[in-house]
Amino acid sequence: MPTVTFVSIDGSRHTADARVGESVMAAAVRNGVPGIIGECGGNASCATCHVYVGEDFMPLVGPPGDLEDDMLDLAVSDRRPTSRLSCQISVTDALNGLAVETPKEQP
Amino acid sequence: MTGGVLVVGASQAGVQLGASLREHGYDGPVTLVGAEPQPPYQRPPLSKAYLGGAADSASLELRDQAFYANRRIDLLPAERVTHIGRGTALTDQGRVLDFDHLALTVGARARRLTVPGSDLTGVCYLRDLADAALLRRHLTRARHVVVVGGGFIGLEVAAVARSDGRSVTVVEAAPRLMARAVAPTVSEFYRHAHARRGTEVLLGAQLTRIDGEHGRVAGVSLADGTRLPADLVVAGVGVVPRTELAEQLGLACDGGIVVDEFARTSDPSIVAAGDCTVMPNPVTGEGRVRLESMPNAIAQARVAAATLIGKARPYADVPWFWSDQYDLKLQIAGVADGYDQVVVRGEPESEAFSALYYRGGELLAVNAVNRTADYLVVRKALASRTPLPADRAAHADVPLKDLLVATPAP
Ligand SMILES: Cc1cc2nc3c(=O)[nH]c(=O)nc-3n(C[C@H](O)[C@H](O)[C@H](O)COP(=O)(O)OP(=O)(O)OC[C@H]3O[C@@H](n4cnc5c(N)ncnc54)[C@H](O)[C@@H]3O)c2cc1C
Ligand code: FES
Repeated sequence: MPTVTFVSIDGSRHTADARVGESVMAAAVRNGVPGIIGECGGNASCATCHVYVGEDFMPLVGPPGDLEDDMLDLAVSDRRPTSRLSCQISVTDALNGLAVETPKEQP
Repeated sequence: MTGGVLVVGASQAGVQLGASLREHGYDGPVTLVGAEPQPPYQRPPLSKAYLGGAADSASLELRDQAFYANRRIDLLPAERVTHIGRGTALTDQGRVLDFDHLALTVGARARRLTVPGSDLTGVCYLRDLADAALLRRHLTRARHVVVVGGGFIGLEVAAVARSDGRSVTVVEAAPRLMARAVAPTVSEFYRHAHARRGTEVLLGAQLTRIDGEHGRVAGVSLADGTRLPADLVVAGVGVVPRTELAEQLGLACDGGIVVDEFARTSDPSIVAAGDCTVMPNPVTGEGRVRLESMPNAIAQARVAAATLIGKARPYADVPWFWSDQYDLKLQIAGVADGYDQVVVRGEPESEAFSALYYRGGELLAVNAVNRTADYLVVRKALASRTPLPADRAAHADVPLKDLLVATPAP
């Protein structure tokens, strides 16, 4: 099972087992990882699953889609080049070991 | 169990309430009783990804088992609370649960059809996972699907069935679709959008009977004499909030359990949250609204938890909602009740537009179709009480977010 590690602003780390095919948000929420809320259940409507993708995984994860781009533009407090909505990142075996940072606050 | 908080109803609101109690540092016992057999799950995908076969039931689970264990939330599934008195509740398993504090998060049930033939095999509803599993099985074999009710759930089911290649007719008694939630322009747009994709939409149409053959659905009859062939009838005709326990307790109910902006019922020691409640319109503070949505269930549960531990803070979230029908993403923020002006941005024909609602010049709500940016800006504007003047919002080529900075709150 691939694992995803969530690093919060204070440096604490939570590693979650993720199922291939589910989203990174879903893996976090199921496991009760703090800092990821996922209020809309992965519908790209709430932006409470915002993460910063670790630099080394950026090429694999890729850029946001158009709708997600609007969300990141308008709904998150501190957008960076590595910003993604974790509900829009699908877990694959290739993403095993993915590390993402959670923002200071979710909207 | 002795003392602590008893949460009745283990779904979106109940789970959030339990989790929020722990986030606030509440240390007493938390018991979460749920009548459904499976652990708490998300309902929105039932009419979307799950029905379409893109998601299985395991993926709908709200939280892992470990989540409840780690937070010492005692989850009792497949158990229904049947009686509540002062400080003690009884379940259908004969269990007695004592509590110091009570929270009702019992949700709502699907309203049933009452016309002759409503008990035929092939008449389906969609409220819980059991309904959805049954509907999915029927849908794989159906050819002619009649959806009764042109609200969100009916239309989402129609979209999935049509995308799956079924012949689909939507029968709506009101003169327009989603009449309670969107403006006439948006209703009209959805009627055309469904028609363009091959779904027939009948408005002002009254179902009078479901016709059967050998105990199974064979068609439906309408008041004007129309008969439609059908092997599956799906009813999405609204929900009825579960108020039985509240009534037992003598709590005020009015189309839902009446709560204030602190999620307190008419007995201030008892809180309630989610689909079972009616509360003051959070945007205007007036009247009573029932918000049947996941964001509301979560927001209200948080408020209720804070109230229970004595850190009461009023409900301050801007209500929002979404609905997916085909490739059309509808996003709603605010409550449009009582609007007197609608500004439409963009061309509905292009399948990307938004409708902004005003009352006396004051912004109330937005319906955005494939126009996430407009939805987000209005949500922000409502939260920060920033006016977005209607005359300026009407210029669709000016990004709404420009108004957000240009017109600071007075
Ligand atoms: C098909 C469908 C699609 C939806 N789509 C969307 C959407 O796209 N966006 C959105 O925001 N919302 C959507 N919703 C609405 C959303 O799911 C609800 O608003 C939300 O589930 C409300 O949560 P709740 O906890 O208040 O109530 P419910 O989810 O109704 O849960 C109440 C629970 O309490 C249990 N219960 C009741 N009485 C007792 C008792 N006496 N003892 C023990 N347990 C009891 C019930 O069995 C139930 O499990 C949808 C709903 C459905 C059905
Ligand atoms: S969970 Fe809502 S946007 Fe990702």
